[in-house]
Amino acid sequence: MAKVFIYPTTSLILSDLVARFGHTPLSAALQIREHIQTPGLESPPLQITPEDPKRGLKWAAVEVPAGVRGRMSLYGPMIEQADAAIIIHDADFSFGCMGCARTNELIQFLLRKSGIPILDLRYPRTEEEGIEFVAAVRKFLQELDGGDA
Amino acid sequence: MTEYHPQYANTITKYVFVESPGMTPSDIAIRAYEISQGVMIKETCFGLQITGKEDDVNAIISHLREIDPTHIFVKDRGFPPGDPRRCRANLGGARPGYFGHEFEISLVRFISKGLGELPKREAGSVPKPPIPFGTEKLDAKKLQKIIESEET
Repeated sequence: MAKVFIYPTTSLILSDLVARFGHTPLSAALQIREHIQTPGLESPPLQITPEDPKRGLKWAAVEVPAGVRGRMSLYGPMIEQADAAIIIHDADFSFGCMGCARTNELIQFLLRKSGIPILDLRYPRTEEEGIEFVAAVRKFLQELDGGDA
Repeated sequence: MTEYHPQYANTITKYVFVESPGMTPSDIAIRAYEISQGVMIKETCFGLQITGKEDDVNAIISHLREIDPTHIFVKDRGFPPGDPRRCRANLGGARPGYFGHEFEISLVRFISKGLGELPKREAGSVPKPPIPFGTEKLDAKKLQKIIESEET
């Protein structure tokens, strides 16, 4: 069973398909869960502590905004754990109130730099694209360690 | 600063989305309640949120997936249901994560179609997935035509 980083990290479609085909999806929820289930000091709104931007220094330089470093403290450990990644490129909702464009660029850069297998896709807009989308994801996942290829 | 004690320590929460012509969230909620055994289940407009010990939650989800495998979709959630930091009862308006769900659930019927068609595909057939815009390679025949049109 391989650990597969999904982008967008909150994607329902990717999270479901990766788990359905027998691998572990690395999604934002896992890191958020770890944060909010760790006892300590109250640090609302997301239980992000002042320590998180410091941890983010491992993946982003000190002059990078704290928002990017804070986000990288969530995503960075998952990128390091990942055995493979699936990236959907036209996920407009991952920018704006939901996320940060610079963090998104940094995530994709680090994934490519890590040399793990990556599947690049865009969202399907027709039934035919949906069929090919699912088939491509299955083929990619079958070829990973622990896949049923 | 005050001390922080997690509300539901050592539990996981999963979303179950149902986008089916033959099932509603209340249908799967009833099926989930039948085998819940102490797991917290919240019915929503799109499906369920299930909170409990990892094994218990996964067992319920495996059971639900069997009912309608191509129309039930599952993902992890970081916060438990009703958490005041995320619940719209406290914040007002839709939660930020809702916009992502709203967008993806509008496309999920194509995924259902794809899952339904998977067993019918020939073994070894090469998928041609939708590739990101701007990365499409120039077709060799098209290139040849361009060269020929320049030469004449």
